[in-house]
Amino acid sequence: MRGTLPELFATWFASQSWAPRPHQLAMLDAARGGESVLLIAPTGGGKTLAGFLPTLVDLAETPRPGLHTLYVSPLKALATDIARNLLRPVEQMNLPISIETRTGDTPANRRARQRAEPPNILLTTPESLAVLLSLPDAPQMFAGLECVVLDEVHALAGTKRGDQLALGVARLGTLAPRLRRVGLSATVAHPAAIQAYVGAARIISVADGAPPDLSMMLPEGPLSWSGHMGLEAAPPVMARIRAAGTTIVFVNTRAQAELMFQALWKLNDPTLPIALHHGSLEVEQRRRVEAAMAAGRLRAVVATSSLDLGIDWGGVDQVIQVGAPKGVSRLLQRVGRANHRMDEASRAILVPANRFEVLECEAAMLGVAASELDGDPPRPGGLDVLAQHLLGLACAAPFLPDEVYAEVCRAAPYAALTRQDFDDVLGFVENGGYALAAYDRWRKLFCDSEGRVHVRSARIAAQHRMNIGTIVEAPLLKVRLVGKKRFGPVLGELEEYFASLLRPGDTFMFAGRLLKFLRLHEMAVECAEGGTGEPMVPAYEGGRLPLTTNLADRVRGLLQDPSRWDLFPDQVREWLRLQRARSRMPGRNDLLVETFPRGDRWHLVAYCFEGRNAHQTLGMLLTRRMERAGMAPLGFVATDYVLGIWSANRPENIASLFDQDMLGDDLEAWMADSSMLRRTFRNVAVIAGLIERHHPGADKSRRQVTVNSDLIYDVLRKHQPDHILLRATRADAAGGLIDLARVAGMLARVKGRIVNMVLSRVSPLAVPVLLEIGRESVRTADDEEKLLAEAEAIIAEATGEAAPPHRGVPDRSGVKTIHRGNAGRLRAGAEARKNMDGDAKRNPAQANLFGRIA
Amino acid sequence: MTAAPIHLAGERLMLDPAGALHWPATGTLVVSDLHLEKGSSYARKGMLLPPWDTHATLDRLTLLLRRYQPRIVVALGDSFHDNEGAARLPAGEIARLNAMTQAHRFIWVQGNHDPTPPAGLGGDHVAEFATARLVFRHGAIAGATGEISGHYHPKATVPARGGSVSRPCFIADARRVMLPAFGAYTGGLDVRAPAIMRLFPRGARVFLLGKERLFSFALGTEMRPEAG
Repeated sequence: MRGTLPELFATWFASQSWAPRPHQLAMLDAARGGESVLLIAPTGGGKTLAGFLPTLVDLAETPRPGLHTLYVSPLKALATDIARNLLRPVEQMNLPISIETRTGDTPANRRARQRAEPPNILLTTPESLAVLLSLPDAPQMFAGLECVVLDEVHALAGTKRGDQLALGVARLGTLAPRLRRVGLSATVAHPAAIQAYVGAARIISVADGAPPDLSMMLPEGPLSWSGHMGLEAAPPVMARIRAAGTTIVFVNTRAQAELMFQALWKLNDPTLPIALHHGSLEVEQRRRVEAAMAAGRLRAVVATSSLDLGIDWGGVDQVIQVGAPKGVSRLLQRVGRANHRMDEASRAILVPANRFEVLECEAAMLGVAASELDGDPPRPGGLDVLAQHLLGLACAAPFLPDEVYAEVCRAAPYAALTRQDFDDVLGFVENGGYALAAYDRWRKLFCDSEGRVHVRSARIAAQHRMNIGTIVEAPLLKVRLVGKKRFGPVLGELEEYFASLLRPGDTFMFAGRLLKFLRLHEMAVECAEGGTGEPMVPAYEGGRLPLTTNLADRVRGLLQDPSRWDLFPDQVREWLRLQRARSRMPGRNDLLVETFPRGDRWHLVAYCFEGRNAHQTLGMLLTRRMERAGMAPLGFVATDYVLGIWSANRPENIASLFDQDMLGDDLEAWMADSSMLRRTFRNVAVIAGLIERHHPGADKSRRQVTVNSDLIYDVLRKHQPDHILLRATRADAAGGLIDLARVAGMLARVKGRIVNMVLSRVSPLAVPVLLEIGRESVRTADDEEKLLAEAEAIIAEATGEAAPPHRGVPDRSGVKTIHRGNAGRLRAGAEARKNMDGDAKRNPAQANLFGRIA
Repeated sequence: MTAAPIHLAGERLMLDPAGALHWPATGTLVVSDLHLEKGSSYARKGMLLPPWDTHATLDRLTLLLRRYQPRIVVALGDSFHDNEGAARLPAGEIARLNAMTQAHRFIWVQGNHDPTPPAGLGGDHVAEFATARLVFRHGAIAGATGEISGHYHPKATVPARGGSVSRPCFIADARRVMLPAFGAYTGGLDVRAPAIMRLFPRGARVFLLGKERLFSFALGTEMRPEAG
């Protein structure tokens, strides 16, 4: 049977003028052999059809009722699109196969019907699967399941959603003994780890298509020394958009997306349909942009990682990446969004926003040419996710801990889970796991005489189902446009922090519009079109990814090898030459640390190239030591490439400053009080179910007056520092925001190889980081006090206390997250915008809006 | 710890950075919204918060009592998170509370969370407590003067270099002062919420709690950043 399609399917393929591809046939063979497989293919490889083909063939040959295949995607929208695409062959071949989706948006009556009478193919998300598995009828629903298809599995493995999915799939394996697992993945750096995640017997690989055609584009005139927005590049970007059919302009942050979108519209004389897409926009709005893109009605869309994944659009001609790509795999993923035909080269243009980014873009292009993918292997599964899963299992049916421990260990992220940790997590779910057995009366689980674990009440179960999921968002406020009608459309969501900075009458940039803030009303930011004065741009936490290790290594390599500097534009070559003359280049295996006086301060600049998160951690630890050594550090700033610290006294004994022993007591002392740890704890506490997001009958308007996770953290840390949630918090923080592994790796690597250049003035390579001072800064909880004192003093000085001026404090407050819109000229583009934006009805304010930016 | 003086109805009052108000002339210490046994209150409903919240709150109160040696202690209501809270107190905490109410005259003002006075803890229970010029009640009443209240758990967010800082705070104008919640797990309501703003129609000053001192800002005017 090798390599054959049933007649019906062969005819259908022919009617589409398609030939079945080898990997599609290989997937069919694997299914016939009952094998679990991982399919790795570049985008445009017909991956999804390959994943479903065996199911369609099986059900066409032997039609039967009941759930046959479960498909899980990281995106709700993807599940919906795939369902639509699957219906086409099913209808055209007239196959007796039922297909439905189930997500958080599925109406309750359809959900109930799906449980009683499941379709043959159900498309869903990790969260909805977790809810299904927590229901008492899960065993009946899934007993006959034959196949589970995990799509975009590279994007899930190693995340908390991925942990949740892996636990769910392990559960499915118990409920459905015949289950076959199929993973679909883009090309990844660690295929074996993804294979283990899927539990696949083998990998079916599709060779990459034509190598992508990458080039770099610089704005005219001098290259920026610092900054990440890349707005100077708007004119050449606009020229490229005009010259091509359809373009995706990828940027790195939502704030950058808003600004680039405005900058392009200022130049959009021919009023080309150019849209905006990022994660804070209302879902409906995003879906409209995606639909317009799919239908070929847009010339360009400015997007963040919100478009990294998703349904293939055939007709994208080019991708423009503005700002450094931060990783080779990420760049490839984005580039793959152009020209989804495998045999044609994808075309992409990289636009660096400053001169360091020129180096990074060049390094990334070399990395792509060498097919050197990056990214860390998936980390072990989170204990908070396990806690949520265990309660979910108890909600479905009583279980024996021994059996469930064995099942959990079959999920790859938990393969190394110790029985002690498992028992501690179970203990936490049961009664909080506190040394003080205070809550025996209110335990959530109880054990029967046979050792089975039961959930205490139906109410606990109902409450749990409301809180399933591992995505924890910062407190968000809806942005509502208020016109003559009281309830206008919702444009998206803003972080509470940004909203707290707005005063009535202020103008801010959101969803590609200029909006005037009116008031805060019941958890919504109410605003009107238009506005005067210079706009503020909301920024969001965690918007930036750090530079990957591999890419950093390539950048170091480029710097070290002057024979390759020919790759760079003149300005960059000149800059590097000057650096070599005045100081030296950072080596590939050493650590260059420059120290020099400037004004009344000393500066220390360390060229670590370990990414922003690792540099921030290092900055915290080094300033503690410098404080002790009497160097009086005053502050520090971290970029992806370097760490800059300034101090009142001259930094000396650099080698001992960077000694590995800083990872001992200093680290412990800092971590305990770090705001990053508090933020991480909040997420862990929510996922583990310590703090509920939703409570039956809770009054929404009182949402803010609930519990304060910081205070819980303090109390828990004081009374039970080894509590399972604190352990989970430290593990999370070490891997993520603190990036401890990279700090530790670097300190070990450079031991005995630290080169301290003592200079009389700033070196050329240090200029960018010095320019970042004031724009970027980090703080510990202790520093909050200093910041408050500073804000108080500045305000007192600026206002004389009595009559505050209209616009608060002077520039040196340096609030980094607010960006003034660039003044400039913008001609009306309202007509074209209306085409892609259903809400932008004929609104005179909108025409104003474009005039107003000027 | 540096307390900040304010004047209300001709009386000089000290705001303590721990979140308490001290009235030196009468030896009165005021705290609000202790929310004792909030942890066990949530536990009843299925959220198993760490059970040491009452302990932590009484630790902080003990420090204040030692420091000010007040004659009178006024708890401005919501002293317990729910009406049965007192009944769930661990024995050790009952003993500590009893010792406090014996050493000081405790006035338990009634709050919305604890309308029924807890039995056996000592002290007086009142709907509100009035002196010649000042009135102490749980929830502020529009138009009142010389009023000291709690209930809303005020907190404020101040833009600062590199982000913003959010802290519980006192909020005051010439007529009233509102205390932050003192309890260990208490969340907060932003002072810009209409529920609080309507009580301060002519603007107000907020005092954010710090480790050693308070940080003071005028509300609604300076508390905004300039673009950087």
